[in-house]
Amino acid sequence: MIHTAVSDLLYGFTVALEPHNLMWCFVGVLVGNMVGVLPGMGPLATISILLPLTFGMKAVPAILMLAGILYGGQYGGAICSILLNLPCHPPHAVTCLDGFPMTKQGRGGVALGVTVIASFIGASWGITEMIFLSPLLVRAALQFGPAEVCSLMLLGLLAGSTLARGSPLKGVAMTLLGLFLGSVGTDLETGSERFTFGMTELDDGIELIALALGLFGIAEFMSSVNQVAPINMAYTNVRLRDMRPTLADLKRAFFPMWRGTIVGSLCSLIPGTGPTIASFVAYATEKKVSKTPEKFGTGMLEGVVCPEAATHSSIQGDFIPTMSLGIPGDAVMALLLGALMIQGIVPGPQLISQHPDIFWGLVASFWIGNIILVILNVPLIGIWCKMLAIPYRFLYPSAMFFVCIGVYAANNDFFQVGEVAVLGFLGYVLLRLGFHPAPVVLGFVLGPRFEENFRRAMLISRGDFSVFVTRPISAVFVGMCLILIGAQIYVRMRGNKRGGSVEHGGHGGAQPSISPQMAPQRIPVTPAE
Amino acid sequence: MQSSTSLFRDAVRKRDFYAGGLMILFGLGIALKGVTYRLGTPMHMGPGFFPTSLGVLLVLIGIAIAAPAFARSAEGEQQDESILPEHPEWWAWFCILMSPILFILFGRYFGMAPGTFACVFIAALGDRNRTWKSTIILASVVTVFGVALFSYFLQVPMPVFTWGGGL
Repeated sequence: MIHTAVSDLLYGFTVALEPHNLMWCFVGVLVGNMVGVLPGMGPLATISILLPLTFGMKAVPAILMLAGILYGGQYGGAICSILLNLPCHPPHAVTCLDGFPMTKQGRGGVALGVTVIASFIGASWGITEMIFLSPLLVRAALQFGPAEVCSLMLLGLLAGSTLARGSPLKGVAMTLLGLFLGSVGTDLETGSERFTFGMTELDDGIELIALALGLFGIAEFMSSVNQVAPINMAYTNVRLRDMRPTLADLKRAFFPMWRGTIVGSLCSLIPGTGPTIASFVAYATEKKVSKTPEKFGTGMLEGVVCPEAATHSSIQGDFIPTMSLGIPGDAVMALLLGALMIQGIVPGPQLISQHPDIFWGLVASFWIGNIILVILNVPLIGIWCKMLAIPYRFLYPSAMFFVCIGVYAANNDFFQVGEVAVLGFLGYVLLRLGFHPAPVVLGFVLGPRFEENFRRAMLISRGDFSVFVTRPISAVFVGMCLILIGAQIYVRMRGNKRGGSVEHGGHGGAQPSISPQMAPQRIPVTPAE
Repeated sequence: MQSSTSLFRDAVRKRDFYAGGLMILFGLGIALKGVTYRLGTPMHMGPGFFPTSLGVLLVLIGIAIAAPAFARSAEGEQQDESILPEHPEWWAWFCILMSPILFILFGRYFGMAPGTFACVFIAALGDRNRTWKSTIILASVVTVFGVALFSYFLQVPMPVFTWGGGL
């Protein structure tokens, strides 16, 4: 098995190192890093805004570039949270706890430097997991009939909506809304038009890019406009030589890095627990292990390194179900999968065998991209720090243009631009009502395939709903769904002290209650007691 | 003991009342429209089956979300959960929502460059610290770079300038 893995990986490197692909991977990492640094731009917004740039490309460079944007943006967000105390993306909320105090002590550069190393190690581990686990998963998944696929998707949707953040009920509501939005347009089996209200532009369904930009672009701008406090630029003057950690720092960071990596990869194995939960669990673990837990929150290197390693290892891990089963664990992965579908590629277990260039090229490009990330961030840190100073009032109007032209470019049609305005308004209303719009995209991307498999399963079973529990594999997935729901109810009953406080702990049901991904100032983070 | 009217009055102040209510409305709308498409049988599902079930589920979830709003608040805790933020930004919201609309109008009738300018200009007007000068400069800069990137480099088929809607 190792032999095939190595030869596949080598093939992947030949794909990823083709000059054309390498260039786009580099552009993705660069642009993702650049946009991710900007305060108030989380990975979801970054990917949605830059998604239209890939429309004209072939599938391989497009996905390499998008993946590059993802981890570039992820690292850019770490810069923003360590130097400015602004977590643009929920996983970074814990990085701030110790990262910003380090910055205040003048050790922000060291924190950044060690974060680069931690991210690289976390990501490398995640990639290795991906190489070995994906083929195994695929082998299992190829045996699945429609009933199994359907229950597996149900599990993915349920986990994605209830474990993410906020109220699980609201998460489920958002998933249902997403599934509905996915059903708009021409019904694949009967050809009849659904919910188009006579608009022929809706025959092909709602445009994914319009949905993503409405919910993660316009809605977020509406909630952040005039809310972003003036940024404290006092500590952003980081130079290259500040970044070099001492040997003592490296020694101190070594074990936390690995602990974070392990926590992250374990979290990525549980469907639906994305990087946010991984980083919180990692921080809590690190505090428990530490000999001086009381010092956490005052600028402990361990408190920065461990969650960052966990985040990166879990992001890479999240690619495993996305690429091998075609079932994304969170909204970011759903967007990437959506981008593949725009390219005309059918996600699912057959992806690796039908498009080995995409899968193995992607795996190899992760490594290349992460190396580029290290190389980029070390010399360019000064420029990134300057970019932190761009005020929001210049940022969001420019982003609005990218939203409009991006949606237009999807189909060369102004109708979609109107769609994005409507969806943006809806997204803001939902945000105000305490809904997190991320599961909508998850439901939207999986919706049509879920319905198709559901119908097929029912056709095969001759209309007998019990097919989902009488087939053993499917029954296991349904059982896991029930356990998930049971656990949610248990957590609800037990911890009725729901407030703004973040619940830390090693149990899977813990939901860090973090508010919208891009409203930095209002993210309530209470240090673990 | 509170009467049912005061219970309702309490509920109206809760955010979840509206959150659940909105989901119930969506669910009802989806389900009612869904049944107008053919439902079919479980074995041969029509196009209406899946959306209708989604709608019904959404109504149920909506009820579950709204239900706690009717629970008596403990210890006279009168939380006024306004659905509007502390400082409503009506003007800024209006500007942001107008931005794509102006992009459509100007883009369609005058071309990409005017569309871009209008879109960025109106969005930038929403910020409280704007000045006319900074707004115009920003809109011009974005227009130049945006048109260069999308029209010349990425070849988006939209005329840079046009008159009266050539599309």
